[in-house]
Amino acid sequence: MLYGYAGHTLRIDLSSGIIEKEPLKQEWVDEFIGGRGFTAKILYDETPPGADPLGPENRFIIAMGPLSGLFVPAAGKTHFAAKSPATGGYGDSNMGGHFGVTMKYAGYDVTILTGQAKDPSYIFIDNDTVEIRPAGHLWGKGSTAVEEILKNDLGQEFQILTIGEAGERMVNFACISHDFGRQAGRTGIGAVLGSKNIKAIAVRGTKDIPVFDPKGLLKKGRQTYAACREKPGFKGWTPEGTAGITNWCNDVGALPTRNFTTSHCDYADKINGKAILDELKITDKGCFSCPIPCGKYGVAKTALGNKYVEGPEYETLALVGSNCELSDIHAVAHVNWVCDELGLDTCSAGAVVSFALECYEKGLISRDEMGMDVKWGDLDSIVYILEKIAKREGIGDVLADGVQKAAEKIGGDSAKFAIHVKGLEWTGYESRNAPGMMLGYMTADVGAHHSRCWVLGSDVANAVGGNQDANVHDLISQGADFEVIPKADHKNVVPLVLKSQHLRPAFDILGTCRLQYMEIGLETHYYEELYYHATGKKLDFDKDLLTLSEKIWHLNRMFNKREIPDFGRKYDYPPPRFYEESIPSGPNKGHLVEFTVIEEMLDAYYAARGWDSNGIPTKETLEKFNLAVE
Amino acid sequence: MTLSFNHETCSGCRACELVCSLQNLKIINPSKAMLRVTARFPDPGIYEVDICNQCGACAEACPTGAIHLVKGTWRIDMKKCDGCLACVPACPENVMKVDDDGMPYKCINCRQCVEVCPRDALSFN
Ligand code: SF4
Ligand code: SF4
Ligand code: SF4
Repeated sequence: MLYGYAGHTLRIDLSSGIIEKEPLKQEWVDEFIGGRGFTAKILYDETPPGADPLGPENRFIIAMGPLSGLFVPAAGKTHFAAKSPATGGYGDSNMGGHFGVTMKYAGYDVTILTGQAKDPSYIFIDNDTVEIRPAGHLWGKGSTAVEEILKNDLGQEFQILTIGEAGERMVNFACISHDFGRQAGRTGIGAVLGSKNIKAIAVRGTKDIPVFDPKGLLKKGRQTYAACREKPGFKGWTPEGTAGITNWCNDVGALPTRNFTTSHCDYADKINGKAILDELKITDKGCFSCPIPCGKYGVAKTALGNKYVEGPEYETLALVGSNCELSDIHAVAHVNWVCDELGLDTCSAGAVVSFALECYEKGLISRDEMGMDVKWGDLDSIVYILEKIAKREGIGDVLADGVQKAAEKIGGDSAKFAIHVKGLEWTGYESRNAPGMMLGYMTADVGAHHSRCWVLGSDVANAVGGNQDANVHDLISQGADFEVIPKADHKNVVPLVLKSQHLRPAFDILGTCRLQYMEIGLETHYYEELYYHATGKKLDFDKDLLTLSEKIWHLNRMFNKREIPDFGRKYDYPPPRFYEESIPSGPNKGHLVEFTVIEEMLDAYYAARGWDSNGIPTKETLEKFNLAVE
Repeated sequence: MTLSFNHETCSGCRACELVCSLQNLKIINPSKAMLRVTARFPDPGIYEVDICNQCGACAEACPTGAIHLVKGTWRIDMKKCDGCLACVPACPENVMKVDDDGMPYKCINCRQCVEVCPRDALSFN
């Protein structure tokens, strides 16, 4: 008996319509545990080399972990993976809410879609009943409408995921939406679903998930919820959620502003967590089993109407807010709503719009090409550009491929301020004086995403002479009243980056959110004990889980090598803006990251990883991790 | 003493459903819990939790008199229950549940949900 798992893989070939349910492979469980472990393994093994990310051969994978859906705090994350249309390499994204756990209650730990449906379709799953159904009536509709229609037709207990118009038109940063405000945003995962002609998946699951020791899990689960309550962050962090970090990021000169021209703005108070609570919020909205709900659901009120929207969370405040110079919280929330409805990732959408605004300002996109006189910080301009992108109209069609490919078409010096790594737009932490954070972004398997590594706290401590191991919340509570921040030393960042790159994704393997550990400090021994009661197996968090996390790091690097023809070191460089232009204002004024420093950090990083000087894992490294890949 | 619910703080986590099914049925299955979390989105944007408020409507509907009051809690005497399920539609909160064998079961005021709810949205008063 496989405890902790639902026990099945669901395979749906959309071209032939063949639907198969098979036992979950023991080999996957033994070697890769779950979630992100499963997606990395399956994507490498099953996607034919060279597959077109938007063609029938690409796999679209949904995977849950062994703790997903159990009596465990925040066990509600759903993992998606596919070869990414944005980077051409390994792509994944996860979302909270209730979708994945319901898939597990329906009996499926893993779902793999292949092929391409002939006509717009949605997938209907009601425990053992799985059908591919026509979705002509849903095509072209926004995410809220699709969820409402399907819930009204099928039942409120159905959990729905959907793509918006952007996913239908295969925009490279199209997201998946769920639960009226949760998204799997990154790597163009929504475009892959769109390429398969799948508008939505609806699931009802009412089965038990077998666990090894129900009594033990009940006891440990209760203790774990009680332990969460005792953490200072339980009451301190939860009210504002991720938005609580906005002012600190601005104060330490890390808030992306005006397409990453600078790292500080003078209106952070207007677009921070407090502004959300004062101006927008109706209710706290969390994911399945989460004791510290970070979602803030409310109403955005602007001249464009009143809109219900969850968020904005920190990344949206940074990329749609300061990075587009939008300084009104209602306007930021409205753009958040527009992105959710159209099915656009707010991180990349904010980055792409700010890139477009800079191109326009510099005359690289003309008034005629743009079709309207657009301005920084102007709600109408931003909404206009987003709609063009989602419809792939005119300049929107160019921007819909993301900043890297758009810069190739727009030309001039636009590639210098196309802020991405590997084709994925950078998220909310400007890093010209944060060498660890910079290296983390440069080397993440999916491209410039903070989900893999976040060491900004140690970078700041390093620059101002504090303790690099200090808890970031202590740093934040101490405040950051720096007129001038000295240059951070890049010499010792590699061990910190490696640690973070293994730790953060570890929670994606188990199937839980990481914020209970990261934000309120829930200790890892709780996860070991809960895992034991769930599965009957021992797990040493550091030795077993972090080692697996490291193994996945090598595997995904090899996936990128296999799929991207000239993959190697040059794919790890940050955009020229960061090494050619120093920060013009704010506490980090005058800093940039010299190219020699970038090279030095990469050398040290590759050596520590067991990769060659081009950033490819050596044979010995692959053997050490028992990876038979080339 | 009855269970009561305050939607102001509930964040829809369903930890209450989880602990209910694990405590009382020894299984992980929120759909079998004796209380139900409902999300009302997009409008008005709140959560509701249907709970047994010990109103006794089920007892009134029961033709065999199987549902009786024990220290303020309506309990089903399974020796008397013949499985007619008249109590199920009688429940105004729709929380009289039916198990896989077709027999009814309900909230017994075990208070586990109150203890676990991280938002203090459930209480006994
Ligand atoms: S912290 Fe936020 S993202 Fe994580 S489980 Fe809770 S509500 Fe979801
Ligand atoms: S089960 Fe329903 S009818 Fe019976 S006491 Fe509870 S709320 Fe009332
Ligand atoms: S445990 Fe509390 S917060 Fe969570 S759904 Fe139940 S009543 Fe709401």
